[in-house]
Amino acid sequence: MAARVSLFVTCVVDQLFPKVGMAVVQVLERLGFRVDFPEQQTCCGQPAFNTGYREEARQVARHFLDVFAGADYIVVPSGSCTSMIAHHFEDIFGKEPENLRRARAFESKVYEFSRFLIEVAKAEDVGARLHEVVTYHDSCHALRELHIKDGPRRLLAHVRGLELREMDAAEECCGFGGTFSVKFAEVSGGMARTKIDSIVRTGASTVVSLDSSCLMQLQGALSRAGLPIRTMHLAEVLASH
Amino acid sequence: MSAAFDEKIHETLTDPKLQLAIYKATGRLVEERRKSIEPDVCPDYQELRTHAHAIKRHTIEHLDHYLEEFTRQVEAHGGQVIFSKDAEEASDFVLSLAKERRAHLIVKSKSMTTEEIDLSERLEHHQLESVETDLGEYIIQLAHERPYHIVAPALHKTREQVADLLTERLGVPRETVIEKQTMIARAVLREKFLAADIGISGANFLVADSGTVVIVENEGNARLTTSAPRIHIAVAGIEKLIPRAQDLAVFLKLLGRSATGQRLTVYTSFLSGPKRGDEIDGPDEFYVVLLDNGRTKLLADRGKRQSLYCIRCGACLNHCPVYRKIGGHSFPWVYSGPIGAILIPQFLGVRHEPGLPFASSLCGACAEVCPVKIDIPRILLELRSEVKKAEAREGAGRLERLAFRIWAWVMRHPRIYEMAGMAAASLAPSESAGWVRHAPFNVGPLRAWLSQRDLPPPAAKSFRQLWRER
Repeated sequence: MAARVSLFVTCVVDQLFPKVGMAVVQVLERLGFRVDFPEQQTCCGQPAFNTGYREEARQVARHFLDVFAGADYIVVPSGSCTSMIAHHFEDIFGKEPENLRRARAFESKVYEFSRFLIEVAKAEDVGARLHEVVTYHDSCHALRELHIKDGPRRLLAHVRGLELREMDAAEECCGFGGTFSVKFAEVSGGMARTKIDSIVRTGASTVVSLDSSCLMQLQGALSRAGLPIRTMHLAEVLASH
Repeated sequence: MSAAFDEKIHETLTDPKLQLAIYKATGRLVEERRKSIEPDVCPDYQELRTHAHAIKRHTIEHLDHYLEEFTRQVEAHGGQVIFSKDAEEASDFVLSLAKERRAHLIVKSKSMTTEEIDLSERLEHHQLESVETDLGEYIIQLAHERPYHIVAPALHKTREQVADLLTERLGVPRETVIEKQTMIARAVLREKFLAADIGISGANFLVADSGTVVIVENEGNARLTTSAPRIHIAVAGIEKLIPRAQDLAVFLKLLGRSATGQRLTVYTSFLSGPKRGDEIDGPDEFYVVLLDNGRTKLLADRGKRQSLYCIRCGACLNHCPVYRKIGGHSFPWVYSGPIGAILIPQFLGVRHEPGLPFASSLCGACAEVCPVKIDIPRILLELRSEVKKAEAREGAGRLERLAFRIWAWVMRHPRIYEMAGMAAASLAPSESAGWVRHAPFNVGPLRAWLSQRDLPPPAAKSFRQLWRER
């Protein structure tokens, strides 16, 4: 029987970039997985956690623990949300031993999408085809908290017709940072523009990343600058054929 | 966030010359560091970091023991250790010693700790002349400014600005060649070294088992400061201790590389007490002022005490995309960048500048380059939580707190979450119109977002709707 995968699509993808979620489903099903979407899911609680509201984050995280209680694998199309679940649930359940135990049990079940493909599905070639010159943006939490660096590049290397051009500042933050993007809007905007300069220098027509929130920041700034460069989530690239 | 913080940030961001100066200087330091830790020149770099973290952790956990050992050793070599609770006690000691010895002129080598307690200003207030002898520090002293960066205090000054400053303050002809500017400063400073009664230095490390003060530098001014005058006073935070001289093998390798990409700085001085009977160089009197100034308060916090491991290399500043935009003077104290963002709230209280822990995208570049592996993002998150708790107690930030309460409630009620999403989508312009430049309700966070970039159009259908329709 095909392995069952529970999709945590994230609130950002659910509300703003539903096509990314559909792309994830397509790729997983193409690889023979049975995808389950627990409909009670909402958010992991990261917005509150990162803004200092730990009690509110805890309430939302408890809801997450309940919704995904029966999952074998949880696949998440975001490095940031994956890290919240795998690393920061520990920080908020310090005084709730039962929830801490449940959160820790999730650490080995929750996978960022590209990592799931490489480590569990053991698939680097998912049969995708896309005739584009792309550059890859390392989202900070995937890179520095989950240590995801080569996996997405290996997946991109197997996409037919695709050329990957590395930018000089691939590892530099796009400036999103959740509520930072509105609390320090001018700094955040400046960071996005610095990143965009680096993207433009590659000559790529598309920026790929595995976090929709980074791409929202970058696409927003590209659109404001009137630059004809688009953004694509890695799942969308891998679903193309 | 205070209006002053906001204003400073805006000023820095809108000054293209300053932006370029910060970006180039930090970029150069980033590049030098990168080259100095490449596997072929420093194969054990990551092990060194792990080792350094372990040594600092051990030392800070047993600080009482090492403070006593250090004190015994300094005294055994004929020096004296003075424990100072705060800035006032530290400067009082220097002032009374200067008075007893009838000292008038003091030369200083670079020290963030003395900047922290405004020592020069306090001394000058009592009619003592205190001259900074590190070139960058000398420049900012002439300009009456605070250091812009932990290791490069005048990083923000272009050579043209330095030329104007030297002409204005010293009356010398305008000189824009850096080497010649250095010679101007050198001529002034040599005379000061020869005439000074007291030399005040900081310390990079205090070695407990030998009572040694270790100072690294590139200009030689610290060596002159600590050997030419009759009296040497080293001012250092209590966290500068390391247990053994052999631990320097770890820290000296990391400090130069992390700060400037140097395998070793040009000068490394090991100072253990005053001149012995048969020696010709060195001071007659040797004092170490050990400063608390709030450090024991940090020590009490198990989660955040690792903030005291910092060896002041400045790597986190150079790699921080926020520091590279907002610079050093936006920060409300002498420490800036990621390390400043965690030290300032802990030293001065979280309400001193409540916006500080939030001025970070939490990208983690700081922790990645920290030679002693301080988990700065985690500490920032802790501090954010402390700021919100303090605000709640004081009744500040009500609107945001209410918004997050409502948000958390909605997120626990999936049906309401879905309806709220649909309602928001129906208010917004249609998806086909592309990315949004103007919102119908241009307020609060939405306005802040749109001040810099466009907003994605809401999806006609959420993922869960698409999923159901499959």
